[in-house]
Amino acid sequence: MTGAAVTASDRPCLPRGVRLHYDAVRETPVLLGPEIALMLDPIGKAVLDEVDGARDIAAISEDLARRYDAPRDMIEADVIEFLQGLAVRRLVDLS
Amino acid sequence: MAMLAELTHRCPLSCPYCSNPLDMVQRQGELTTAEWARVFQEAAAIGVLQLHLSGGEPASRPDLVELVAAARAAGLYTNLITSGIGLTPARLEALDRAGLDHIQLSLQGTTPEVADFVGGYKGGFARKMQTAAEIARLGFPLTINAVMHRHNLGDLPATIALAAELGARRIEVACVQFQGWALKNRAGLQPTRDQVDVAKRVVAEARRTYAGTLAIDFVPPDYFADFPKACMNGWGTTGLNIAPDGKVLPCHAAEIIPGLVFQNVRGASLAEIWQGPAFSAYRGTDWLPEPCQSCDRREIDYGGCRCQAMALTGDPRATDPVCRLSPFRARIDEMIALETSAPPPAFIYRKLAPGAV
Ligand code: SF4
Ligand code: SF4
Repeated sequence: MTGAAVTASDRPCLPRGVRLHYDAVRETPVLLGPEIALMLDPIGKAVLDEVDGARDIAAISEDLARRYDAPRDMIEADVIEFLQGLAVRRLVDLS
Repeated sequence: MAMLAELTHRCPLSCPYCSNPLDMVQRQGELTTAEWARVFQEAAAIGVLQLHLSGGEPASRPDLVELVAAARAAGLYTNLITSGIGLTPARLEALDRAGLDHIQLSLQGTTPEVADFVGGYKGGFARKMQTAAEIARLGFPLTINAVMHRHNLGDLPATIALAAELGARRIEVACVQFQGWALKNRAGLQPTRDQVDVAKRVVAEARRTYAGTLAIDFVPPDYFADFPKACMNGWGTTGLNIAPDGKVLPCHAAEIIPGLVFQNVRGASLAEIWQGPAFSAYRGTDWLPEPCQSCDRREIDYGGCRCQAMALTGDPRATDPVCRLSPFRARIDEMIALETSAPPPAFIYRKLAPGAV
């Protein structure tokens, strides 16, 4: 599923072959996959840390909103946009 | 940054387009398990994130599982580039346990006839298909590598379909690049202009058909392009190659360039080698000759491939002769015309020196 729009009830997971890594040389978290190393900013890292294959985007956004004391709707929109970008590149799977 | 580790030059296949050098390293000269493990640590320390375990056939190394474990322990994303021959189900399971991240399986053809002819190994296709089934069963993420040339470009639709059938997430359709053994077999491998045009259309259509299931990367043949590719994304910028004997190369074909001194991991650390003479030789754009120096593509392709310049003009500093602005471009066009107007000559199969194991 790459073409369809992502919604809050989608459950994201990292597909096999894609994983989070801390790059000690560049002092930054990266998402590693086949032929790709994507440097993550703190927000991207925070979102991907929540991706466990169990919770949906709504639940993840709720937790992040509480933790960062930010409006939930805004967080949810950002999370959807971020994960959609990764899903197109098959760095995240959605179910 | 990515590192290609050529664990061995041994391989049960003998593809006539193999990118290995003509003068290959024999078993006795290969780095040991402990030496490779140290190199993986040094690579991580200079910022390498991706490791490609290649060869030859990496499965020809009895210590492959240990090497994968060592690479993962060093924190590297570990990809195995294999023909599939020598990967038994038990070995694949062990690789899985050792943390292998990804597999790239080469296809020589889509039928036993073509594949075994190209690979020069009877029964190879059947064994590869067994390995592919096992890879799927274990759930390894898989990329299919298909090198395309005059003898198999017509099978491109079948090649892409087979990749999808094998459960690959990605296929790399790479038109043969003329380095190593491929250069020796150029006349037999050279595609025709028609074949290349058809291939581009096939890829465009397949990208629509397989959208969302199979990603298709296409490497067009640079002899048919107007501008060269940036070799290694720029010499000494993002990639390095380790030969089986520990020699460190800025590009896998770089040994054909006379005068370059290649350091060995047995004598220096990767950090030193990265700043050493071979990696500094063509780094950046300051050394570029004309017409590159005053060309606005110089930060895009860095004047193209040094090994190609060496092979076709005799001067490794020359503008890549593939470029329309190179004075040597006409030679390539003549070469294509000549090679594709005659029937392809017989292959010269890749082989280690006589008596090698
Ligand atoms: S290209 Fe063919 S001969 Fe060369 S290493 Fe790969 S499988 Fe072996
Ligand atoms: S002249 Fe040099 S820099 Fe310009 S396109 Fe050709 S190879 Fe690239």
